[in-house]
Amino acid sequence: MIKRIKVGTASCGVAAGAEEVFNYFKENVKDIEIVRVGCIGHCYAEPIVEVETENESVFYSRVKANDEYLKAILSLDNKFRHQFPESRKQKECIKVTRLSGRIIPTSIDEYMENEGYEALKKALRLKPEEIVEEVKRSGLRGRGGAGFPTGLKWSFLAAKDSPEKIMICNGDEGDPGAFMDRSLMESVPHQILEGMLIGAYATGATKLFIYVRAEYPLAIKHLKEAIKQIEERELNVLNGRKVPIIIKEGAGAFVCGEETAMIHSLEGGRGNPRYRPPFPTDRGYKGYPTAINNVETFANIPIVIREGSDSFARIGTENSKGTKLFALAGDLKYTGLIEIPMGITIGQIVYEVGGAEPGSVKAVQIGGPSGGCIPEEHFDAPVDYDSLNKLGAIMGSGGLIVIGKDRCMVETARYFLDFTARESCGKCTFCRIGTKRMLEVLERITHGLGTEEDIAFLEDLGEKVKKGSLCGLGQTAPNPVLSTLRYFRDEYVNHVVNKKCDALVCNALVDIYIDREKCIECGLCIRTCPVGAISEDYVIDSEVCTRCNSCIEVCPKKAISRIARENKSGQS
Amino acid sequence: MDRISRILSGIEKDRSNIIKALQLVQDEEGYISDESISLIAKYFSVSPVDVEGVVSFYTQFKRNKPGKYQISVCDGTACHIKGSTLVKEWIREEIGISDNETDREGLFSLQTVACLGCCSLAPVISINGKVYGKLDRKSLIKILKKYKRGDIV
Repeated sequence: MIKRIKVGTASCGVAAGAEEVFNYFKENVKDIEIVRVGCIGHCYAEPIVEVETENESVFYSRVKANDEYLKAILSLDNKFRHQFPESRKQKECIKVTRLSGRIIPTSIDEYMENEGYEALKKALRLKPEEIVEEVKRSGLRGRGGAGFPTGLKWSFLAAKDSPEKIMICNGDEGDPGAFMDRSLMESVPHQILEGMLIGAYATGATKLFIYVRAEYPLAIKHLKEAIKQIEERELNVLNGRKVPIIIKEGAGAFVCGEETAMIHSLEGGRGNPRYRPPFPTDRGYKGYPTAINNVETFANIPIVIREGSDSFARIGTENSKGTKLFALAGDLKYTGLIEIPMGITIGQIVYEVGGAEPGSVKAVQIGGPSGGCIPEEHFDAPVDYDSLNKLGAIMGSGGLIVIGKDRCMVETARYFLDFTARESCGKCTFCRIGTKRMLEVLERITHGLGTEEDIAFLEDLGEKVKKGSLCGLGQTAPNPVLSTLRYFRDEYVNHVVNKKCDALVCNALVDIYIDREKCIECGLCIRTCPVGAISEDYVIDSEVCTRCNSCIEVCPKKAISRIARENKSGQS
Repeated sequence: MDRISRILSGIEKDRSNIIKALQLVQDEEGYISDESISLIAKYFSVSPVDVEGVVSFYTQFKRNKPGKYQISVCDGTACHIKGSTLVKEWIREEIGISDNETDREGLFSLQTVACLGCCSLAPVISINGKVYGKLDRKSLIKILKKYKRGDIV
């Protein structure tokens, strides 16, 4: 007996076609409730449909909007049933994402049926200082990247005597390659809001802000609906006073994830960071004491309070407690959102959780533009704040990109520098001009025009940019370059000395070659080439060719490939 | 002009709402014009250069009228290593526009965005907010052709 059918319609599900599936089911099934839910984290298998019966849940993956799939699903057929990868199941530890993708995101009733707002009720029976103590004891550290102890930050705000105290939830997930916060805001908005309300009670905050990227429209929509439900039930009345919850949409500036920049942005200005001290807990939004915590941090709070700090601290390592969400993407099989206990190794994440092919991986990139690349030989390192720092990376907010053997590390570093150079707010000279100069040098190298002195220059300037910048953006901007120089120096040397890119990624060092043995002269490549670089007798004019790979894609015989460029002079 | 004044009248006159005002105006107009800047400056009692400063700081705000279909090419890490540069090249070949350009008919405009958060479907683009993932050249051109023909509105 089917109780209801759930279609995962978070952003990645929608991009894979979940909306069409939902509409098709809705039109063709009348007697069973069809609902939209969030993300269960198995993005590689989207669109995902879950069928709830009296005693079990059956999942279907890569569902299409047609009768064949619908029939199979309604009859609970084994065909198309999703098999969750066993190795991933064993390594994951589902706490924060327990309800993600399992409940209707904007149903407060369903959230409450699943222990929702019980932590808030429990908290309201305690004294505020007891909650701060409990959060301190749990060892919870900020999930936004830097890992500052949450309880300690709360105690600073709680100690302030001020007519207004502000608490901000940082949902400005700007790291390219990270989508943990988006997924949580879309899938379990009430869990984040419950954490914020507990925080407001514990610290005496009088106003709550959620700063969300404008690129996340679905997250904003769900949060708005959830806030409305909270206000209707007056759950935001704490100690007899109403605490307003306000959503502020960011406008696309990476630096606004930095707390002082975020405060300036909330005040309606340019998001320039400022010197600290004074710290926001002393002087923040409009001069009032302000505490900023990350989305995932707030989503952890209800668990800490409901299950108790001892239970929470049992998971993880000495200095990094609890679980961590990672957005797993790149060159691996099971991309998606994962939740793992702190302390498992990078290798376990890549191979067991992510199902990457052994031998196919060169490195992982952790922490986005502020983080670094960790090579395969260090995959036995545990995932906790301190171990990752030692390796030249950072925990970051949780973007984890697996980089395969056929990727170029110099080009990867150039990519991140291009990002930070563009996102630098321009306040500090070293960040504004230093990142630009580093980018120019990296561009030269990837174009085959670099020299050995360039490598030394990058290292020197990288250290100076770190020291000469005010905020986290500039202080960490050189990390992707410095960490690749540390672990993949030979690739840089290969680019500058031999003018070769072994991964065949850097266009200026690559030629496109037609293997005449395999070629059947069908003419498809000649007709497809957008710049007319292929002659009647199948020779590619490398001066005209833009290396867009169009011919490689269309060739039915796989006769065309990228090869190392013979010309040693490089090309600009 | 009246439309913008009407939008502004619904917003509290506190300078912390400038970004919100700009967002609402852009939703309505598609971009931020010189007139909008002076009206917003007047409304919040700040100088136009203050508003201009905010506009130029955030990548969301556009100073030029965009095309009917706004293509955003995601250049997040996952998309980048999966070939977002090629995606841009293919778009250029198909409709002849590069970053921050609008085609002559005013049908398409193109911009690169940091990350759309759909990394597991890389490479992705979005057209007027609708996300298309796991693109290769063939599927991308098929999508663009559909918009050109007006099959998707």
